[in-house]
Amino acid sequence: MSDAIDIRLTVNGEPVARHVPARQNLVDFLREELGLTGTRAGCEHGVCGACTVRVDGAATRACLIFAAQLDGARVDTIEGLSESGEIADLQAAFHARNALQCGFCTAGMLVTTAELLRDIPAPSRAEIRDHLSGNYCRCTGYHAIVDAIETVARQRCAAKGGT
Amino acid sequence: MARGPGARERFGVGGEDAKLPAPDEEDALKAPRLGYVRARSLDEVFAVLAAEPDEAKVLAGGQSLVPALNMRLLAPRLLVDINGIAGLDGIAEHGGGLRIGALARHAAIGRSPLIARLAPLIHQAIPHIAHPAIRNRGTFGGSLAQADPAAELPACTVALDAVIHVASARGQRAIPARHFFKGLYETALAPDEVVIAVDFPEPASSMRSAFMELVRRRGDYAMLGLAATARVASGVLREPRLVFFGVGGMPIEAAMAAAALGEGAALERIAAAQQALDQDLDPAGDLQADAAMKLHLARVLLARGVRALVGGAA
Amino acid sequence: MTERPLSFLDRPNSYIGRSVPRPNAQRLLHGRGTFVDDIRLPRLVHAVFLRSPYAHARIISIDATAAAQLPGVVRVVTAKDLAGRYTPWVGVLTHMKGLKSAPQHPLAVERACWQGEPVAALVAESRAVAEDALAHIVVDWEELPAVADAETVLAPGAPAIQPALGDNLAFARSIDVGAVDDAFARADAVVEDHFTVARHTGVCPETRSILADFNPADRQLTVHHSSQAPHMMKEIILRHFPLAEPDVRVICRDVGGSYGIKIHVYPDEMAVIALSLLLGRPVKFVADRLESFVSDIHAREHRIGARMAVSKSGEILAIAVDDLTGIGPYSTYPRTSAVEGNQVINLIGSWYRCANYRARLRVAFQNKPPMSQYRAVGHPIACAVTEMLVDRAAQAIGLDPAELRRRNLIADDAYPWTSPAGLRLERLSHQRCLERMLELMDYAGLRREQAALRAKGVHRGIGLASFVEITNPGPAFYGVGGAPISAQDGCTLRLDPGGSVTLAISVTEQGQGTETAVAQIAASVLGVSLERVRVVTGDTERTPYGGGTWASRGTGIGGEAALQAAKALRANVLALAGAILQAVPDTLDIRADWIIDAASGAQRIRLHEVGRAGYFRGDTLPPDVQPELVATRHYQPREYPFAFTNGVQASWVEVDVDTGFVTLLKHWVVEDCGTVVNPLLVDEQIRGGVVQGLGAALFEECSYDAQGQLLNGTLADYLVPMAGEMPDIVVAHLVTPTTTSELGAKGVGEAGTAGAPAAVMNAINDALLPFGARITTQPATPQRILRALKRT
Repeated sequence: MSDAIDIRLTVNGEPVARHVPARQNLVDFLREELGLTGTRAGCEHGVCGACTVRVDGAATRACLIFAAQLDGARVDTIEGLSESGEIADLQAAFHARNALQCGFCTAGMLVTTAELLRDIPAPSRAEIRDHLSGNYCRCTGYHAIVDAIETVARQRCAAKGGT
Repeated sequence: MARGPGARERFGVGGEDAKLPAPDEEDALKAPRLGYVRARSLDEVFAVLAAEPDEAKVLAGGQSLVPALNMRLLAPRLLVDINGIAGLDGIAEHGGGLRIGALARHAAIGRSPLIARLAPLIHQAIPHIAHPAIRNRGTFGGSLAQADPAAELPACTVALDAVIHVASARGQRAIPARHFFKGLYETALAPDEVVIAVDFPEPASSMRSAFMELVRRRGDYAMLGLAATARVASGVLREPRLVFFGVGGMPIEAAMAAAALGEGAALERIAAAQQALDQDLDPAGDLQADAAMKLHLARVLLARGVRALVGGAA
Repeated sequence: MTERPLSFLDRPNSYIGRSVPRPNAQRLLHGRGTFVDDIRLPRLVHAVFLRSPYAHARIISIDATAAAQLPGVVRVVTAKDLAGRYTPWVGVLTHMKGLKSAPQHPLAVERACWQGEPVAALVAESRAVAEDALAHIVVDWEELPAVADAETVLAPGAPAIQPALGDNLAFARSIDVGAVDDAFARADAVVEDHFTVARHTGVCPETRSILADFNPADRQLTVHHSSQAPHMMKEIILRHFPLAEPDVRVICRDVGGSYGIKIHVYPDEMAVIALSLLLGRPVKFVADRLESFVSDIHAREHRIGARMAVSKSGEILAIAVDDLTGIGPYSTYPRTSAVEGNQVINLIGSWYRCANYRARLRVAFQNKPPMSQYRAVGHPIACAVTEMLVDRAAQAIGLDPAELRRRNLIADDAYPWTSPAGLRLERLSHQRCLERMLELMDYAGLRREQAALRAKGVHRGIGLASFVEITNPGPAFYGVGGAPISAQDGCTLRLDPGGSVTLAISVTEQGQGTETAVAQIAASVLGVSLERVRVVTGDTERTPYGGGTWASRGTGIGGEAALQAAKALRANVLALAGAILQAVPDTLDIRADWIIDAASGAQRIRLHEVGRAGYFRGDTLPPDVQPELVATRHYQPREYPFAFTNGVQASWVEVDVDTGFVTLLKHWVVEDCGTVVNPLLVDEQIRGGVVQGLGAALFEECSYDAQGQLLNGTLADYLVPMAGEMPDIVVAHLVTPTTTSELGAKGVGEAGTAGAPAAVMNAINDALLPFGARITTQPATPQRILRALKRT
């Protein structure tokens, strides 16, 4: 039992070892400790979705999990998803459709969207809106985001040669 | 307080936790200093909770606990992380029915064909819980232990006659769901106890379920909701179970309304059931709906729930 | 489309009118933006604020001894510690006659006047440590009676919130034009409504953030600020802190949403600057979400009584309104909080021919957070009041609401036009926009669908809302009243040896696409490809001096400066090219990075060859030729105080009359904002603005108790619009360029927000018509709708 703890985890594919205060949440750990400032704190009570990252393959609110909990875990942030190219088509579609303006919600949107398309490869507009219902955007009004995701879903399905 | 007088209520500090001192009266959005231990076994958890029942909090999904910590609505000296304990997240057939482990995540429950078959009410409720990222971490046991009055799962466990297994260093006990929820964020759990599994009986033949909630935005805390089951045959509802949530500190079973549905054609008994609801519910109002509106909405959901059960629509 | 003579905008390879994706969005897509909280500096410390928990309280004493001694704490300050290190500010402007406000300080002096007002500041090594330590500051408060309600606060005998000012009436104004009483007397129908618009707040995704970095060695202050107007902020700093003009630099890099919230001067941000000056090291403050709810500027709180007189032939004869708005205990600085109400009464009815108009405005102090400009300032209220009265009048005389508008909107050929309140309108297209809208939405088809569904007990409604938007304000808006707000902007364009162009401009970017639009303009006029243009904004040291982005002026004003600078640079480049090629400059042009023969289009030399010759090969040039491969031009509007735009919005909703829930089925906007530089960016500004308006109409309100305590100050309880509830939004355009600039572009950033609430409220009331129910309060929550239906 301790106020601070050693953790070893993988962040964007790289091993990381740190000694962290127990109370430090994952957003602050990523931003302050690792300099990965792409993940943003928008509310710190789990509502806005700007802090969404991937923990052990699942979209997770980084403000609602402590770094101390992540010994042995795999964390992927927007930086890692960008470098691996996994969301390149999403980024291109968002760019072409102007599905972002100030960009503050965008990392969380993209991580959430990546999981949507993994679970529902051909979502309807209603399903897209439903899945994004926990990601706050103030600039776009969401319509362009839905368009961009629909486009990518269509492209991915076509690439697979199916419907 | 800039957070507002309702913040403790909104973010789930009630029951036993309300007795803990709120460490400061100011706004904060960083968790206070805390200790942390990652438990490797239930015995380890029991030992810690037995030693300091008022100072330790169990950390499971964290989707309710961590916001409360971030806002410094409570400041336990120690967090006991139970996520690493093996064997607590199972979803399996059990005695003709179903056993859901306390650490089963909402997302996994939503994907489970077993639950869709053996507890369709749960399957219907899961998509209403918050948002995908929250459902990836939030746990079944955690939701019950938190006992948020606007939460979906407590009402479902009452409607399905679930039995909640809790354990501590003093042993295990089995608590029927209808006795588990006691008040605002208050359950039958003693400070040294942990939920470990929830059992659901084999569903009766011809049982149907209907789950609905009224919510301002997808994933919000519900204004009001209904978890309903009945055995349905030719428009007649037998043993209807109508459990409302968002109407007070805990899920309320509308027994008088269910009785008023009687043995006849349910669709013709709706008005009588709506009237009887006055005897079942005495809702507290909140910022979104005063007491009269809550009662009105309950009547509306009652009618819709009965129609859904009779019509077979989910 | 309105014909305009061919201009520089019609050159080959022009980017004008092209939906170019934003180059500066790539970094945001990869998580590589730089917001203030991303900036790390040596010896950076963090500020937090102790805020008043009471709406009104005397501060008897503050004991910070224990807090100051905690490990990691650098300093704790109160108003006493900062005294003499700044001068207080007062949110008045001389052209708002009679506007009064008390001096404001970074930290409250002796008395807190709103719940959330900063009272003490604590600086520590980390935010978490700072919050720990904050709990150890002991404040002895004497709670005072709080008056939260704007009406109560003006009642005779109500205690003055600022006793030195005498009473709680901050500002009042009246308009009385035409023969209003006569018009009401002879009307065939008079309709009347009482409108309430709830206070709400911007909820910027990135909360307010500032990092002040004072270097005592050379007395240089650098402020990294999440803000829209760096030059204005610099000027404010110079006015209130002992610093010299050359020594202050304000930098605005990526800004996570502002919508006007970050255009105001905030006491806590001024305290951060004071702290950096005091400590001689960088101090950062990032408001957290909870404190944002009680410390950000709030918006919109209004109570309006309004009447409209109409003849049975469908002529609007007169409008009379009475607007009461509550602005908190101070008028904000430097724009004042009177502008909101002033715009409401200026704008109401102004797109109709009706010449008889009376308005009274009262702006009241109260014990709530300060209220001031937020996206579309005053327009949403003016539009809602006007358009809801129009629908009601149509109902009263049995005329279709679209037809009543058709009969009363100013005719498209009636311009220029001056409204009863004195607004000068250059040229608008209300009638054509309305016709386009009715066609676009299939109005007749929707009416048929509505009727068919009504018979089945499904209640859908159609709401229309015509509107105008104020854009491109001239110097008479703020500067005339003494505000350090520039109505002009400048652009410097420089050709570099490799043929690329650096564009430095004083308008700023918060995601709307300012940088891309001005680059498109400059590239088109100059003749270079867009990828070669590098845009620099948001830095008082690196751009010309100007006003920044607000009031939908970035493209209209900044764009014109860029256009003129590009013309000037082009002339300079062709002068040099002519010298190199021994050709007359007028016979040359620049196209796709080549100097070409203007008549034949033949390529002569590449632009970079001109650049290299100009910078490195002076030896090859005639001795009297000194290349100037850089040009700066400034621009401000002169002919009209504002460039008005116009449009119409429509909303199609379904109301569940059992639960009061409203489903937004679809939304349309037909907008005329003049020359459209980038349709993609313009349409998304419209959509984003619409959704902010939809949030106001259905979801957003700051709920207060009688003691001025905010009841819903978290994101779980203050409801912002999320994806699940918002409709798809169809956008179409008409184009009436302004002739006051060569670009012809007006603004568009606020149009969506201006008209959306009116359209939705009209749609809801249209759905409720069979029940004789009507709702005139925003937000139209399920509870309010059920009450209107008398269901609860």
